[in-house]
Amino acid sequence: MRRSILEVLHLTMRFGGLVAVDDLSFTAYADDITAIIGPNGAGKTTVFNCLTGFYRPTTGQLTFHGHHGPVLLERLEGFRVARHGLARTFQNIRLFGGMSVLENLVVAQHNHLMRASGYTLLGLVGAASYRRAEAEAVERARFWLERTGLIERADQPAGSLPYGEQRKLEIARALCAGPKLLCLDEPAAGLNPRETAELGELLLELRDRHGVAVLLIEHDMSLVMRIADHIVVLDYGRKIADGPPERIKRDPAVIKAYLGETEDEELPPEVAADLAASGGG
Amino acid sequence: MAADAAGAIGPKLKDAALAALVAIALTVPILGMETVPGPDGRLTLDFHFHLVAIAAVLVFAGRLALSLLLRGRQLRPSGRSGAVAEFVSRHGTWFGLAGIAFALVLPFMPFASRYVIDVATTIVIYVMLGWGLNIVVGLAGLLDLGYVAFYAVGAYSYALFAQWFGLGFWICLPIAGLLAAIAGVLLGFPVLRLRGDYLAIVTLGFGEIIRLVLINWHEVTGGPNGIADIPRPTFFGFPFTRDPGEGETAFHELFGLEFSTLHRVIFLYYLALFLALVTNLFVLRIRKLPIGRAWEALREDEIACKALGINPTNTKLTAFALGAMFGGFAGSFFATRQGFISPESFTFIESAIILAIVVLGGMGSQIGVVLAAAVIVLLPEIGREFETYRMLLFGAAMVLIMIWRPRGLLAHREPTLTLAGSTGGTGTRGGGR
Repeated sequence: MRRSILEVLHLTMRFGGLVAVDDLSFTAYADDITAIIGPNGAGKTTVFNCLTGFYRPTTGQLTFHGHHGPVLLERLEGFRVARHGLARTFQNIRLFGGMSVLENLVVAQHNHLMRASGYTLLGLVGAASYRRAEAEAVERARFWLERTGLIERADQPAGSLPYGEQRKLEIARALCAGPKLLCLDEPAAGLNPRETAELGELLLELRDRHGVAVLLIEHDMSLVMRIADHIVVLDYGRKIADGPPERIKRDPAVIKAYLGETEDEELPPEVAADLAASGGG
Repeated sequence: MAADAAGAIGPKLKDAALAALVAIALTVPILGMETVPGPDGRLTLDFHFHLVAIAAVLVFAGRLALSLLLRGRQLRPSGRSGAVAEFVSRHGTWFGLAGIAFALVLPFMPFASRYVIDVATTIVIYVMLGWGLNIVVGLAGLLDLGYVAFYAVGAYSYALFAQWFGLGFWICLPIAGLLAAIAGVLLGFPVLRLRGDYLAIVTLGFGEIIRLVLINWHEVTGGPNGIADIPRPTFFGFPFTRDPGEGETAFHELFGLEFSTLHRVIFLYYLALFLALVTNLFVLRIRKLPIGRAWEALREDEIACKALGINPTNTKLTAFALGAMFGGFAGSFFATRQGFISPESFTFIESAIILAIVVLGGMGSQIGVVLAAAVIVLLPEIGREFETYRMLLFGAAMVLIMIWRPRGLLAHREPTLTLAGSTGGTGTRGGGR
């Protein structure tokens, strides 16, 4: 029996009259890479924003088995979600561009360091316990920098990095927050094939060696099919398929959503009949 | 070649003509018309259109000469001075120490007249205000146009507590800081969701509210008359007076010196320097602590901060509170230095000057603030020769500096910690003057 890490039940998100996510239910497992795929505008990022506290869902229950036991994400204030062990990256990279790469990774460990600095008071007097905690934070940052191949860049401003490295840095930063579940919003967008392959390796390593579950939105199907254990397919805010990659590949509903329907199926029968009549006459 | 030159001069002529047109529009009301009392005592208009014509011709010729001389080169920020800024920032510790050393011996230099020390004290106070506001604007990126409100809260706190309860400066100082910090939090709460322009407008309003309260709350603040006879500072209980009261020892008696009014001026200078250095030390330290990094992260991207579990509310409020606290300290000093305060001293222009110091210095740079404060206080002083045109000159100089260095005098930022040196040894440090 696989342990679940995230249970989404009847999630609906409405913006005025627009239903971005419609009664979505799925489960992500602790030792899995779960991918959410679907055409543009299917509501994938909206799901992420609901999970990470940026949107309050219209209805639905989002149970996350985090560091402090099960918690209902929809009831948390946005910034508290990360404290339970759910970290995310953004579709349009959001780094602290003016700060150095290392600083970006240390900021990600803010809450831990804040406690260690006695909410600033101990840090102001230069307490040894704080200096130790800061050195540990730097070590943790160093570990992920080495793992993502950014160690040479540590002291450069994050904004000066090339695009592919910025993507990696954003993932490294999320990892420094110490997540149980890492949510990645199109991490391979804009990467070249070699960088995409490296990303795949990193995600597999996270799952296998670091016990970090991954929830992934991605358009690069070859990457998804290669590394995902479990795929959820959205179209117009609804779930149209859910299962392992082999099954998803053959699912007629998925193929229809991606390739579109053939012409005569799409047209209402009376119009099709009209067309046939005029074509014949 | 000739055709090339002719082709190039066309747009330049057009550009110069445009500048001349603007000059005409501007100078018609300023130079072209003058109101003079007519024979029957009524005001009549006198026209001097020849002056307008002269101005237009001058602008046309000047603009044309400028564009011909620059020959397509833009008047753009120099790259070389960026290297200078980087050098100064990287060796900030040394520049800071040299600055502090200079500031310490300044009162004993041969050129240190009362006027020089007074101006130096003003600079140091603006440096301190700049460092305080730097927390809010430079680090946390919250544009605050009402910083003078906290300066006022500090000044009035000291004045009132000293008058009513006879408390001394050193006891009033933390009280003033605390009250200013509370004012900072009060301002912070309603503006938590605002950023940029909108935040600037609300803080501007807050500054005016505090000033209007000071004017209208007669019973407490004395209204527009202000508060006079604020206790002057004493040297740890020894007053700076020629004839101390019964049982008191004056400062000059204590040290067996000839009485001089300069003693108090020098003491005030050192007091200001001490407060400023405390501020600097505090900001340098806190910048390297998690809260300081969180401020900077918040400035860079608030949404990413939230996703990393940083509480934006608390982070912003601490920035407001701590920035305000140093404003309050400076306000207390201002009150004891002047001996008299009124709402007149806390107008919007003060906020604007302090903000100008932070922006001119380079957001977040400690040494930059020192340079900018010196420039902003000294420029009008030097400009005294030019009398009426003093502020015009001041404005022109500010515009030129911002064209030359659009991101401030020292915009270079050193990381708060580096992988090589664990905790970064050379932050952007700054010193006294």
